[in-house]
Amino acid sequence: MVTRQATQSHMTETEGLLEERLASLEQRLVALEESQPKDRVSLVVFSGDLDRILAAFVVATGAAALGQEVSMFFTFWGYGSLRTKRVLAGKGFLQKLMAVMSPSGTQALPVSKLNFFGIGAKMLRAMMKQKNVSSLEDLIGMARELGVRLIACEMSRDVMGIQDEELIDGLESGGVASFLADALKSRVTLFV
Amino acid sequence: MSVAFDKVLDARGLACPMPIIKARQEINTLQPQNVLKVLSTDRGSVKDFQGWAQTAKNVELLAQETETENGKEVYVHYVKRVS
Repeated sequence: MVTRQATQSHMTETEGLLEERLASLEQRLVALEESQPKDRVSLVVFSGDLDRILAAFVVATGAAALGQEVSMFFTFWGYGSLRTKRVLAGKGFLQKLMAVMSPSGTQALPVSKLNFFGIGAKMLRAMMKQKNVSSLEDLIGMARELGVRLIACEMSRDVMGIQDEELIDGLESGGVASFLADALKSRVTLFV
Repeated sequence: MSVAFDKVLDARGLACPMPIIKARQEINTLQPQNVLKVLSTDRGSVKDFQGWAQTAKNVELLAQETETENGKEVYVHYVKRVS
């Protein structure tokens, strides 16, 4: 009798310990799962060059097609791919100057090499058309259709005095933390 | 080799990344277990469709073959929507 009781109390003690271990392991597993990267791709689009932006959108649309969640963060010259027109009213002197010197839309974007005042960009566009490659404008439309999130950096927008009416619709606004929050959960992060 | 399919996507003449994007959009309209046959003239599409099948959880690449049409290569991909 005495030994049986002792064994029983020993058993409950072991069970209690096991349950505790299990609970703590489950907790650790949940924490681990949360810190794992998701099926997500994040891009920073810093460049305002047609060829680079094309590459960014090809990767973004391709990733979206592969079932990844895609976010693109546009900052500084990257705003060139979001612009639809140039508005000078409401800008400061330097901002106006910068706006006049910057491309007013995707059609005016230069290429990173052999631009020659825009002739290079026109040539690249013509060559892409010959080979039936989608234009940047088509790719941007496709990206949005596929649910790629386009996030505009608030700080650079503010510095350059870019107004909402100069940009395409449906942009999200964010900063470094919103990019990092996405990037830290991404399997692939690119800076273009 | 003949693989049974439910729908055909003609992506001939389209360049990267369009064959994959169009195929993805098309497969979304199919029922699970249905098969999409994709025709492409993009040589890179062979590896692209393999990559898609490896990455996406809901598609399976059943077969790939190359046909010659008027002296031009056509790459044929059979993609099954798994879920």
